[in-house]
Amino acid sequence: MSKMHLKLTVNGQAEELRVEPRELLIHVLREKLNITGPHIGCETSHCGACTVEMNGKSVKSCTVFAAQADGAEVTTIEGLSPLGEMNVLQNAFREHHGLQCGFCTPGMITRAHRLLQENPTPTAEEVRFGMAGNLCRCTGYQNIVKAILAAASEMNAAKEAAE
Amino acid sequence: MSVGAPLPQDAAELHVRGSARYVDDIPVPPDCLHLAFGLAPVAAGRITGLDLAAARALPGVRAIWTAEDFPEMPDCSSSNADEPLLATGDIHYLGQPVFLVVADSHLTARRAARLGKVHVEERKPILTIEEALAADSRFEDGPRIWEFNDTAAALAAAPHRLSGRIEIGGQEHFYLEGQAALALPQEDGQMLVHSSTQHPTEIQHKVAHALHVPMSAVRVETRRMGGGFGGKESQGNPLAIACALTASRLGRPAKMRYDRDDDMQITGKRHDFRIAYEVGHDAEGRVLAVDFTQWTRCGWSMDLSLPVADRAMLHADNAYAIPAMRIESHRLRTNTQSATAFRGFGGPQGLLGIERVMDHVAAELGLDPLEVRQRNFYAEAPGEAVGLPRTPSEDISEVKRGAGTEVQVTPYHQPVTDFILHGLVGQLVETSDYHARRRAVAEWNAANPVLKKGLALTPVKFGISFTLTHLNQAGALVHVYQDGSILMNHGGTEMGQGLFQKVAQVAAARFGVSIDRVRITATDTGKVPNTSATAASSGSDLNGMAVQAACDQIRDRIAVLLAERHQARPEDVVFADDRVRVGGDEMSFEDAVALAYENRVSLSASGFYKTPEIEWDRIAGRGRPFYYFAYGAAVTEVVLDTLTGENRILRADILHDCGASLNPALDIGQIEGGYVQGAGWLTTEELVWDGSGRLRTHAPSTYKIPACSDRPPVFNVALWKCANRAATVYRSKAVGEPPLMLGVSAFLALSDAVASVRGDYPSLDAPATAERLLMAINR
Repeated sequence: MSKMHLKLTVNGQAEELRVEPRELLIHVLREKLNITGPHIGCETSHCGACTVEMNGKSVKSCTVFAAQADGAEVTTIEGLSPLGEMNVLQNAFREHHGLQCGFCTPGMITRAHRLLQENPTPTAEEVRFGMAGNLCRCTGYQNIVKAILAAASEMNAAKEAAE
Repeated sequence: MSVGAPLPQDAAELHVRGSARYVDDIPVPPDCLHLAFGLAPVAAGRITGLDLAAARALPGVRAIWTAEDFPEMPDCSSSNADEPLLATGDIHYLGQPVFLVVADSHLTARRAARLGKVHVEERKPILTIEEALAADSRFEDGPRIWEFNDTAAALAAAPHRLSGRIEIGGQEHFYLEGQAALALPQEDGQMLVHSSTQHPTEIQHKVAHALHVPMSAVRVETRRMGGGFGGKESQGNPLAIACALTASRLGRPAKMRYDRDDDMQITGKRHDFRIAYEVGHDAEGRVLAVDFTQWTRCGWSMDLSLPVADRAMLHADNAYAIPAMRIESHRLRTNTQSATAFRGFGGPQGLLGIERVMDHVAAELGLDPLEVRQRNFYAEAPGEAVGLPRTPSEDISEVKRGAGTEVQVTPYHQPVTDFILHGLVGQLVETSDYHARRRAVAEWNAANPVLKKGLALTPVKFGISFTLTHLNQAGALVHVYQDGSILMNHGGTEMGQGLFQKVAQVAAARFGVSIDRVRITATDTGKVPNTSATAASSGSDLNGMAVQAACDQIRDRIAVLLAERHQARPEDVVFADDRVRVGGDEMSFEDAVALAYENRVSLSASGFYKTPEIEWDRIAGRGRPFYYFAYGAAVTEVVLDTLTGENRILRADILHDCGASLNPALDIGQIEGGYVQGAGWLTTEELVWDGSGRLRTHAPSTYKIPACSDRPPVFNVALWKCANRAATVYRSKAVGEPPLMLGVSAFLALSDAVASVRGDYPSLDAPATAERLLMAINR
């Protein structure tokens, strides 16, 4: 199969590579760019372990062709703390024990990051339904919801202080 | 002190940054090969031929191996030498590996596996309990039967009798990280294997056997798993063996991971059960005798089915002192995946049997099921109300023995000396406002014709120890380096349960140093040998004690040296706050360690632990299989749409016993996750095999585990704050499996809601899917 030329930005870094037309974004990220934060859980877009941001939207990178990401801005978990410091959400997941085995965590946090951009002051109910596309088999979700709500209020407090 | 502190998991920062490595994240050399199995297309039959030409022709395929390529087929079984790596002529289940593809990439290997054709002369498979019984297809020579007192006589003498039956579905583990292994060939025929496994020693053993090398030539390393739940106790063996064989034959690294559909079709799940009961009781709801028959489908191979079925028998009493009990257990061999370990290991199924009985008796007598449960509880151990000391050394054996009171025994003759459910349930009844909510539910149901509510409180008493007594041992290796940093290793594996952090907290406490001084390293068969699986909830109990033993040796050596130099006694040397105090003098931990090094004191030790006081005869069903019991209880309230069967958990309240918790935050995480997983098992998670033996629910599109939106909106979880009466590490209790059974309250709350629209007891089967609920309402 003839390969195609792909240009995209991943975590702020311009990347150019050749891919097969049917290659999936998750495989390009993990195998060609060595970005292994997004994980492969189900390969059918149900579990959310592979969640990344593409052009400001949460996508499940196991059902996005790399070709669809041509020219796109992609952000993975690795891109959420470019300066080294954990961001507010990452810190909240750690402090509130929003993880156990950790396999779903990168996708979970990447999705939560976008959720809080879309809705900076969510209720617990809105978090529960906004995160319903990301499965966790360990925690029972209690601490995940707690972490996201805590991060939201911390981000809002910081915003108020700045205003 | 680090013990008892609610610290985050040790690798939490790596996880939130996405830099925690799982097997599939480990960088591999560019010549790494990738593997995939070609699977049997039918559930039973004889292979008549393989057509692999198209698969072999695919560019990037390096080799395809079948049974013919192995003069002696490697075995993958953890128990019975009955699991050939590849089918050797007979097909035993649909999804059984038949050939192995070796290719340059994961996707090429998978494509080739799909191109291969397996020609089979089909046989009629044995799929159901009835078919297995008709064919007498079973493990062991017949049913296992244990009897406690004369059950037939007690049944005959009972003033009230009832009987019933419950079907209990299995459960897919759905660990988020699928099975994975990576083998790297080393010099002189040695092999390094990275495996996502709960049992590195078994991987080492099976790989060594397959390669015909001694175990000392194989090293297995497991840093972490992306979830295990029992599904990585034996089910990782085929991948590790396949990788090691490929690496050995071709001299290149080899990696294998199942994609989700393959994982669900190939690997074993929780055993499904059918349990029938014949009960004798009195007018107050006291159960006088139960005769249980348990049937379970074990799948095609023995695997861990015998101890799983044993544990179902061992939990047939749950929390209740029943004067006479007979349990007959049938372990049936079927043409399905090999049912295997899953959190609770048969205990949940056995426990659900007696909880169903309690509910049924209450319904028969028109009593609140909680009242019936409390009337049947074992006697409370004395001394609990005042709480217990938390120090590990304090002697509480008098309290533990319950001096002066008559001790009840379980149907397998183990004395119950630590029962706390009277107090625990009493407290939960208050904090959950059970009685007022029971009335409110009745009022709601009287006023609302369509949406009906249900409420249930169920207890858990779970036995802690491997029932195969010799598995209750653990080892550890601890080094203190001359700069005062500490390296800790033990035989337990980390699958998200927080074991590494809890044990590191023990190590830090023994040296009186802060937790960040302790470096936790991957489980490695080269460091600690002959380990047991991280299973049976035993991880912290066993490995915590082994690490404690190792740390204490080093600490005591340092203490002896310092005592000599200060004319003090070694026991008066104090290790606390990263300092060491002796006589009037004080120094930093680093200085004490440096001094020990300069004085040629060994700063490395291995530790060992074996659980005391246990002995067990599984054939007679008699002994003391468990060192102690862990307890808990949950109240769940649900609402059910009686027109559609759709339902929601509205509120869950849990009070659970972890003894003196090593880390309350991590333990509460286990409880919350266990409850949700248990509720999932009994409500939405349904495994469906069609008439040909094909698993039709082999992806998350058709198999529904709880999502974030299913989480109860009100979810109150608290710890019962009393020390373990058994002398465990810092008087803590095991917490991995027991909370799963708290999910039974969700199932029986749904049953309660169904009962509100029926005149009789609904006898609901599990899982209570919306469909099954609707059928129960309309039946």
